[in-house]
Amino acid sequence: MDMLKVILAAVLVNNCVLVQFLGICPFLGVSKKMDSAVGMSLAVTFVMALATAATWPIQTFLLDPNGLGYLQTIVFILVIAALVQLVEIILKKYMPALHKSLGVYLPLITTNCAVLGVCINNISDGYGFVTSMLNSIGTGLGFLLAMVIFSGVRQRIEHNNIPESFKGVPITLIAASVLALAFMGFSGVIDGIFGA
Amino acid sequence: MGIVTPVILVSVVGIVAGIGLTLAAKFMAVPVDETAVKIRECLPGANCGGCGFAGCDDYAAALAADHTLAPNMCAPGGVAAAAAIAAVLGVDAGSSEPKVARVHCTGAIGVAKSSMEYQGFSTCAAAKGFFGGPGQCKNGCIGFGDCVAACKYDAIQVVNGVAWVDMEQCVACGACTKACPNSLIKLVPKKSRVWVGCSSTDPGKLTRQVCDAGCIGCKLCEKACKFEAIKVENNHASIDPDKCKNCGLCAKACPRHIIHVIPRKPVAPKAAPAAAAPKAEAPAKEEAKAE
Repeated sequence: MDMLKVILAAVLVNNCVLVQFLGICPFLGVSKKMDSAVGMSLAVTFVMALATAATWPIQTFLLDPNGLGYLQTIVFILVIAALVQLVEIILKKYMPALHKSLGVYLPLITTNCAVLGVCINNISDGYGFVTSMLNSIGTGLGFLLAMVIFSGVRQRIEHNNIPESFKGVPITLIAASVLALAFMGFSGVIDGIFGA
Repeated sequence: MGIVTPVILVSVVGIVAGIGLTLAAKFMAVPVDETAVKIRECLPGANCGGCGFAGCDDYAAALAADHTLAPNMCAPGGVAAAAAIAAVLGVDAGSSEPKVARVHCTGAIGVAKSSMEYQGFSTCAAAKGFFGGPGQCKNGCIGFGDCVAACKYDAIQVVNGVAWVDMEQCVACGACTKACPNSLIKLVPKKSRVWVGCSSTDPGKLTRQVCDAGCIGCKLCEKACKFEAIKVENNHASIDPDKCKNCGLCAKACPRHIIHVIPRKPVAPKAAPAAAAPKAEAPAKEEAKAE
């Protein structure tokens, strides 16, 4: 039950894009088309899970025993960037088809703040390894949900007659803020269902 | 001493990651076709898709894989790119004649009659879907500028209700030819200076009723031409640019005055082959790179 709670909380209540405002860049940049939005989100989910699997042991067994918790950010960025590069090389060699469909987005994820954010949140919230992994996957799914909803919204926007001064980025930002407001409505839902 | 441990730790993590990546890059390297990379450098990188491939990278990869493929399919790169690619591949460049897009309609506002006050989406594609467009002639320029939106080089504008191509700006990528719902825009050789300003295939009587600049298929131009370069088919005259000598006799013979001759003067330096051609391509290439 706790596991379900962690995932649901990560997807809905603490949605990384719409509530925590992490990873806004791909949220606005890659949400124009539904299929690229889904591709990007799946890549992010994958990298998030992988990054957590790598950074949690580093924090727990390397940084904390030596009292070097303050090195968290720089070490995590280093590890995540190296990981993404490694994933890209491996994909290119063994799964060229997947690499071709994700290819454009993988380098973008290298410095994605949502990935770094979820790794740091896992540590600061004091999650164990399994919970951390669940939280990462949940956050990735939340990202996927936000991207899919928003790319749908944007496709609707594109076919509408928008006032000249709101065309393009302004109406996109307004739509994003309305969507973020809607997600604020989820706060407290999990506690209500599972009992605080 | 407090600084030593963190420095060592970060360095070690960095070195481990670096070594790991280096090893991975070495053992899992995918052989990249060097020819493709070299060909890609010859192309302007506009990714216009004029060659029929998904972009410059795609065309370069296809060329590297299949040496029998024509190296002169890149219109923006023109002769210079074709020659460079041919040099890389060691094949014959073939002739890449500079081309230009031309709109085969002159039914401007007031010349072509309209059949309705169209108030829908202001794109040609949408207007075309609504009873074939707002004009009485269903083969004419709709004038909402789908071609203008498709052009990456600011070479097209809609003047008085009809699209007009700037021959200096046009790089003949062919994007507009695909965007036009009536297929009015065609790529023609740059040296061809005589053109028919109508694409209507309606019978002459109907064309005469709906547009003052319509081809009625009278065949006077066909008779006037000494080189058999102009033919009337489907109630509509069309010029074969390979046979046309730009003499302009057809233009004089046309009773509707819809065959136009572009003055020789501004076009002459561009039309001159060989020596002048690479020079003329240079600005187009720079622009493409800037994008």
